[in-house]
Amino acid sequence: MSVLVYTENWDGKFKKLSFELVSYATGVAKMLNTTVTAVSIGKVDDGELIKLGSYGANKIINVNNEKLATLDSQAYTSVISEISGKENSSVIIISNNNTGKAIAPRLSVRLKAGVGSGVSRLPLNLNPFTVYKRTYSGNAFAHLVIKSDVKILTLAQNSFDLIETPGYATIENLNPAVDGALLKTVVKDVQKQSGKILLTDADIVVSGGRGMKSPDNWPPLVELATLLGAATACSRPVSDEGWRPHEEHTGQTGKIIAPNLYIAVGISGATQHLAGISSSKYIVAINSDKDAPIFEAAQYGIVGDAMKVLPKLVEAVKELKK
Amino acid sequence: MKILVCISNVPDTTTKIKFAEGNTSIDTAGIQWVINPWDELSLTRALELKDDVTSGIKSVTVIHVGPPASEPTIRKALAIGADDAIRINAVSADAWFVAAQIAEVVKKEQFDVIMCGIESSDYNGSIVGGMISEFLGIPSVSAVSDIKFENGQPVMIREIDGGKEVVTVPAPFVAIVQKGIAKEPRIAAMRGIMMARSKPVKLIEPVAVDPLTQIVEFEKPAPRAACKFIDDDNPAQLLDLLQNEAKVI
Ligand SMILES: Cc1cc2nc3c(=O)[nH]c(=O)nc-3n(C[C@H](O)[C@H](O)[C@H](O)COP(=O)(O)OP(=O)(O)OC[C@H]3O[C@@H](n4cnc5c(N)ncnc54)[C@H](O)[C@@H]3O)c2cc1C
Ligand SMILES: Nc1ncnc2c1ncn2[C@@H]1O[C@H](COP(=O)(O)O)[C@@H](O)[C@H]1O
Repeated sequence: MSVLVYTENWDGKFKKLSFELVSYATGVAKMLNTTVTAVSIGKVDDGELIKLGSYGANKIINVNNEKLATLDSQAYTSVISEISGKENSSVIIISNNNTGKAIAPRLSVRLKAGVGSGVSRLPLNLNPFTVYKRTYSGNAFAHLVIKSDVKILTLAQNSFDLIETPGYATIENLNPAVDGALLKTVVKDVQKQSGKILLTDADIVVSGGRGMKSPDNWPPLVELATLLGAATACSRPVSDEGWRPHEEHTGQTGKIIAPNLYIAVGISGATQHLAGISSSKYIVAINSDKDAPIFEAAQYGIVGDAMKVLPKLVEAVKELKK
Repeated sequence: MKILVCISNVPDTTTKIKFAEGNTSIDTAGIQWVINPWDELSLTRALELKDDVTSGIKSVTVIHVGPPASEPTIRKALAIGADDAIRINAVSADAWFVAAQIAEVVKKEQFDVIMCGIESSDYNGSIVGGMISEFLGIPSVSAVSDIKFENGQPVMIREIDGGKEVVTVPAPFVAIVQKGIAKEPRIAAMRGIMMARSKPVKLIEPVAVDPLTQIVEFEKPAPRAACKFIDDDNPAQLLDLLQNEAKVI
């Protein structure tokens, strides 16, 4: 028996999300009294791979095959399901980011393994195997029993703390045969935005709503974000109006995020907006209406005009950084 | 080419969720049911493609796994413009059950493109679409924010962490769609509502499938502490709280 965890890499590097996954897998393995095998696909050097060991991975399987350079959900599923068979894995853990969403359901059918998606805590119970999962867009959490022998869990990003576990990991290299004819996904072009902190990765997010009044009013918000090392976000009407890029839209129909700190400026706090941000550890609201619903979700609030509060806040952060 | 749009029937997004039967189910009293927001956008895009004669899309069918009570949602999809509908007459037991039912239908009736939403707003699974594709052994492209057809070939934009990819796969395939796929959901006009009444809804009985998962209990999210208000003239106090109380900056 083992716990298998798929750790994606970005240009050969892991990120916090990968270590969250391994920390979580280690927690599950402890409950099951078994070991953790991490699978990495693509070119990652040993120095990077071994970092997974610091969070509890006992074995790291380094899959290298040029044909797997871009995500083909069928090919990736074949590779991971084969390894899970060899490792006799009873629990498979994947992120619930876009890659995880592409792979987990296919793996489920391949292995006849029930999926608990978007889990944010360790299993509540082993017998029956019960996980804690988000439902109704964050308005309810379900205790979900997975009845199959093999279980697949997709972990919500930023929902599980990193836990360093001293130990030693072995690296095993694998170059599986990949039948080119089975690769159906052709990537014709890639556009990457570089240098920006990704909204889904960010520990701090500064977000603006319609109360910002005009796209011209964004500079102090962006400056605040830069000073705090934060990503910027916005409400849906703001991205619909074209005031801010679509990648910044958070909420039910946008990105679902769980930063440590979410600062909502001029956002009313509609349920559809909260659906995307309610898992944030702390929410700060800045709004001119003291009755705005966002204050019910927030732990800290300032009632005031964003155009006056933001510059003062920027100055205060500068003062703090001195 | 024919498109099949999978639609899920969910509580209106502003619904206050309440539980029943000792927190084992949702209290459905007074809930307004709507087409899952993603599926509404996916249907909209499918209809836009059909309207564009160069796309090669000839028909748009919607499919739903649900009991008779979800008929109004299917009629709404027909009123928006779908040509016909299929309802698999079963309460959805879990994602595995739903995907197996839909895959069974697609095995018998040919569709070139199957569209699913990235997430249902009730179950928040993000799994049904990928499962359908694996049951059928066909390609799937996830996190699709745009789809068009060039010379009969699908060209999709797939969102990746920090960027986008332009992707193509051979038909038949499953497209799992997200933000961007259509701007605004198409709404039903009077004429559409009239026409929907006479559009065919094919009723199919489910095949026997045992679900792999079961929700045994619901709970509310942990309540948050009441908001502490800070004077708008004193942002330094906010920073102090964030630094020393919350420890997040
Ligand atoms: C199916 C569906 C899905 C949706 N999905 C999403 C989603 O994913 N994300 C999302 O955000 N919305 C979503 N919405 C829209 C949502 O219902 C709200 O309309 C939206 O969130 C409101 O955005 P807002 O708070 O920026 O604007 P408003 O509701 O207009 O609020 C503006 C706020 O700014 C405050 N304000 C005004 N002036 C100032 C000032 N000078 N200084 C400080 N504060 C000021 C006001 O008091 C008010 O609270 C969805 C809606 C539907 C029907
Ligand atoms: N009962 C259902 N009938 C038809 N399609 C469904 C059903 N449930 C989910 N889907 C489809 O699967 C997508 C993802 O759902 P989920 O995996 O539950 O998040 C939805 O957006 C729908 O397209």
